[in-house]
Amino acid sequence: MLSEAGSGAGVTAGGAGRSGADGPRQAERKRAFRRVLPFVEGATLLLALAAPVVLGEQTNLITLLTNVLILSLLAISFDLCWGLSGIMSFGQALFFGVAGYAIALVGRDLGFSELWGTLPLAMLVGFVLAGLFAAFLLLGRKPPTSIFVALGTLTGSYAAERLVSGWQYVGAGNGLSAVKLLKIGDYEFVEGTAFYSLALGILLLVYAGARFLKQSQLGLVLAGMRQNEERLAFLGYRVQLFKALVFSLAGMVAGLGGALYSYHQGFIGPGNMGPGLSTAAVIYCLFGGSGTLIGPILGTAVVEILTYVLADQAAIKAIWPVILGLVLLVVVMFQPKGILGLFLSDRERIGSYGRRRRDG
Amino acid sequence: MALLEIRGLRKTFRTLRALDGVDIDVRAGTFHGLIGPNGSGKSTLLKAIAGDHFADEGTIVFDGGDITRATPYERARAGLSLKFQITAVLPELSVYDNVLLARQSGDSLAKLLMSSSRRRLDGEIGALLERFRLIDRADDLAGELSHGQQQWLEIAMALALGPKLLLLDEPTGGMSPEERRATGRLLEPIKAHCTLIIVEHDLHFIRDICDHLTVLDQGKVLDQGDVETIQRSPKVQQVFTTRV
Repeated sequence: MLSEAGSGAGVTAGGAGRSGADGPRQAERKRAFRRVLPFVEGATLLLALAAPVVLGEQTNLITLLTNVLILSLLAISFDLCWGLSGIMSFGQALFFGVAGYAIALVGRDLGFSELWGTLPLAMLVGFVLAGLFAAFLLLGRKPPTSIFVALGTLTGSYAAERLVSGWQYVGAGNGLSAVKLLKIGDYEFVEGTAFYSLALGILLLVYAGARFLKQSQLGLVLAGMRQNEERLAFLGYRVQLFKALVFSLAGMVAGLGGALYSYHQGFIGPGNMGPGLSTAAVIYCLFGGSGTLIGPILGTAVVEILTYVLADQAAIKAIWPVILGLVLLVVVMFQPKGILGLFLSDRERIGSYGRRRRDG
Repeated sequence: MALLEIRGLRKTFRTLRALDGVDIDVRAGTFHGLIGPNGSGKSTLLKAIAGDHFADEGTIVFDGGDITRATPYERARAGLSLKFQITAVLPELSVYDNVLLARQSGDSLAKLLMSSSRRRLDGEIGALLERFRLIDRADDLAGELSHGQQQWLEIAMALALGPKLLLLDEPTGGMSPEERRATGRLLEPIKAHCTLIIVEHDLHFIRDICDHLTVLDQGKVLDQGDVETIQRSPKVQQVFTTRV
């Protein structure tokens, strides 16, 4: 995406001659907008790689950062829905939580917690569950309104939380604790650097996948869909099907996050699938900058680390949720593109796809 | 056989009879104009053909298949393309990306994911942009174009779909006289591979470009025939002199 030096074939011949002396040069100047995202991505990656080295033995901080990485999966999952496809999902934690429960139950009842089996299982659970929701909410004959989708997902998330709270088999209100440790063969992932590395590796893979999706032509279709869904239908795109697909993929990512969360905390509870965590996903994403993929990760980091630091201060602890709420209101009202939106041109945020390549 | 056959089309909005039993045949390879006073049902008819809304009664057969109840997506796949009356280019995407989006709408999901297929289309899209005088603005955002240029971009997008039938709703709306003439010239070469239905207020433009006219009045077909016949038709003259 960074390279300007693609094939010069095709359109080069005609345009230049006709266009007066200034035309192409002007276009060239306009096109040379500065790219910020790759630098942000690079810097974030460096920080993430350096963290375990710098922090070393401070396990509680490593645990905090591992948690950030895991919740970032949830944030990316929401960004795939809202930032990329314009689906307002207020129930992203549902897929996170259900997958978390699924692997906890597999560990408890079947005694199985091998990585190669459980993580794909969690992804499958998230994918299928989100697919079912998509079939119900998105695939009607008429395109649904975003309010309908938002309420539908919110209701699903809320209902699931209530259901689980009263269901003895899955631990009712207490949730499932002492989740079996994630392992490969005889090696068990406990909290600390190993789990951190695992979470980072998985986040990187998911990020690369999401980035690929965004920059592919499917990403272009999604970008068009966000601007004018009806227009895309008239061009011959099965808009709702695309949405359903991305929604299911997002569910898969959330499911993966939920499984890691469950293993990492050794606990999964009703709150991990409810509207509370679903809203947190929205917050991470909007705060960081939706549609940028890296923004939601930064949003997660800022919100979670601040929460961790401030929760220690007795004076602030009690009113921290209120402060967080207010900060969010301010962001949504005055900086709807998130923190990254301050540095990013709209052009880069939305992305440009097939670009004309000129020689010289 | 006609490319498009419309039989007994009716559409009522509450108490307003927008279409009241319309029969039209559009032969392949013709430029077919729809004219009539304001509120005569031109746009309603065009939207019923495009699938923006469904008619209450009657049938629309396109290229041998009944599309009366087909979704916009299905119609687009069948080879029907619409240029909206109010320009609906995607303002935050580049001009090139707009056409690219239109051009690859038939591609499979796998193809869409493989970004390399973009380059394959470079030449084709370049040629279209060239034809509609947009090549120098290919990298600008579509929202930055002038109104006239947005109309052209719309037409380019509609054509990028490779349609058998193109529906143009007021293609020269908001254009200067010079731009109108240019639009006429831009559309001329399309005839070789595409049939056109045009709704237009500018009767000069319609007269210059169309072979065949259908005159609508109050949701009914008042008269149809080639341009000469319509111009001499006393029924049409009466309507246009008394009400326009």
